[in-house]
Amino acid sequence: MNSLVLMVVGLAMVLAGYFLYSKFLARHIYRLDENFRTPSHEMRDGVDYVPTNKFVLWGHHFTSVAGAAPIVGPAVAVIWGWLPAFLWVTLGTVFFAGMHDLGALWASVRNKGRSMGMLSGRYIGSRGRALFLVVIFLLLLMVIAAFATVIKNLLISTPTSVIPVWGAIAVAAIIGQMIYRWKINLPVTTLIGVTALYGLILLGDRFPVVLPDSVLGMSPATFWIVALFLYAGIASLLPVWVLLQPRDYINGVQLFIGLGILYLSVLLASPAVVAPAVNQNVPEGTPSMVPLLFVTIACGAISGFHGMVASGTSAKQLDKETDARFVGYFGAVGEGLLALGAIIAATAGFRTLADWEAVYSAFNEGGVSAFIDGGASIVNTGLGIPVSLSATILATMAVLFAATTMDTGVRLQRFVVQEAGEVMGVTVRKGLATIVVLVVAVGLTFSAGGDGAGGLLIWPLFGTTNQLLASLTLSIVAVMLLRRKRNPVVVLVPLVFVLAMSVYALIVQLGTFYADQNWFLLGLDVVILVASAWVAVEATAAMVAARRGEFDPETDEPVAAGQSAGTTATTRDS
Amino acid sequence: MAGTLSALSAGLREFYEAPYRRTLSRARRDEDDLFTIVVLAEALGVPNPATYYTVELLPLLADRVHEWHTRLGMDRSPLEGVSCC
Repeated sequence: MNSLVLMVVGLAMVLAGYFLYSKFLARHIYRLDENFRTPSHEMRDGVDYVPTNKFVLWGHHFTSVAGAAPIVGPAVAVIWGWLPAFLWVTLGTVFFAGMHDLGALWASVRNKGRSMGMLSGRYIGSRGRALFLVVIFLLLLMVIAAFATVIKNLLISTPTSVIPVWGAIAVAAIIGQMIYRWKINLPVTTLIGVTALYGLILLGDRFPVVLPDSVLGMSPATFWIVALFLYAGIASLLPVWVLLQPRDYINGVQLFIGLGILYLSVLLASPAVVAPAVNQNVPEGTPSMVPLLFVTIACGAISGFHGMVASGTSAKQLDKETDARFVGYFGAVGEGLLALGAIIAATAGFRTLADWEAVYSAFNEGGVSAFIDGGASIVNTGLGIPVSLSATILATMAVLFAATTMDTGVRLQRFVVQEAGEVMGVTVRKGLATIVVLVVAVGLTFSAGGDGAGGLLIWPLFGTTNQLLASLTLSIVAVMLLRRKRNPVVVLVPLVFVLAMSVYALIVQLGTFYADQNWFLLGLDVVILVASAWVAVEATAAMVAARRGEFDPETDEPVAAGQSAGTTATTRDS
Repeated sequence: MAGTLSALSAGLREFYEAPYRRTLSRARRDEDDLFTIVVLAEALGVPNPATYYTVELLPLLADRVHEWHTRLGMDRSPLEGVSCC
């Protein structure tokens, strides 16, 4: 199988999804209305609610949702062969992720741009908000810990990326100053920033940094993890314009450059896929493909995190309701393409099957490093960039995504801790909240073998939590459809599938953690399992109530029996 | 050419600013609120040693007062001397 064929077929599938399926969803399920007054107009305030051009909005939406996760997941999951991962990513993007992201955007736009947390309170019930807070806390915790491990692994396996990765922080800080203090125009700043970043990549490629066996009494793995958390803690406390904003911006630009390099290389090199379509010969200890595949690849097939971005921010900036199709659905398509690129790199970038099997010697081996090595060899053949330099470029790209997600994650988690404190009637200060976040996350990272022993044990748990959040969002969308008396089956089928696979995966992992005597992760697994059961019960109850009750088609509010639902002149649901 | 360039520049600026517009505007609003309280202190019944200076600033704040008190959940102006609605 040639990777070019894989690329073309994958592209055709997700584009068909966009042009056909999303049109169907927009017309018949969500019934997007061009004349609907969106929150960005109705509540326009120049702060949160700003009507935004759909291409610009798509840019933000896409760069906020795409990160390291759609690279890590598929790169781990190809251990079962390229076909399952390929199918789950393409079909997932078309029928799951696109529908979910578009649905989340629609749900929020129809509710004054409110966030999923608020909506779960409204549609799932009074406990919905607490449930949402618990799931978000778990998700952010997993993201921070898993990405710390990912970055640590990359810094050790690709020592040439050390200089550009840490240097990028300085580049971002300088860009922030250039824009806010020195008022230098943005195209020039962007050019300087990107040049500086690639200069650092060249420099790092010449001078790899390999840490000695003991740094300040710590192993290199421990040292990198501690350093990363220190950085994330400090970055999350700084004013956003100093570091986070320029970093996000440079990463956004870098995301498009990286995707361009990867796809152009595949186009020019068109290497053969050496990995088997379905791996009959999986290494010892690899868990069963069903259900683990469906939680290993979360982002890229369906991800609850998108619902947060869609409802919290994008919905408040949507100019016309019909733009939701492009912003929401095509945003998911963009991420699917990133995941597809990761699959190709991790399966076609090797010369022989034996080479590939040597890299994927055990579950969670290979993964991102396989993406880097494979991708580097494809970029080398396609664009003629030396292998080591290509590897540095890809590793830097992956680490930058993961690191930005990490510091943003710490920042968001701090708000969650403060909000939880408020619920319990305690005021938690900024510094203390950050320390709480860091302590819990560091604990989780090391419990999963942070010194390099256990690898990415928590990755499937992250996927599960992400799917759980997606289930919660889909339940809200389903309840809204039921209240409007529309057919919710296109939402219900993915919802049941995703929730069932998550629960199944949690139970499988429960056995693994018990066998490994990893009590911390076992406890966490149980917590997520309880949260899943809670989501299932509350969502079912809300859906049954929505199906039975009468609701005003305009406001979605229940109407008393005997009173006609169509008291407003329009019986058509708008 | 110049048109394309300025369109590109505007697009990039939007791309840079929009994700954090909300955070930054909030921070600015918080600071403005603090300033408003200081200037209106005397009118709210809080002794303010700097009244001699702040009273000059009152007219400059007049436009903001209505937005400020409605946002804080008071339908009517809490100020006796300064009426706005």
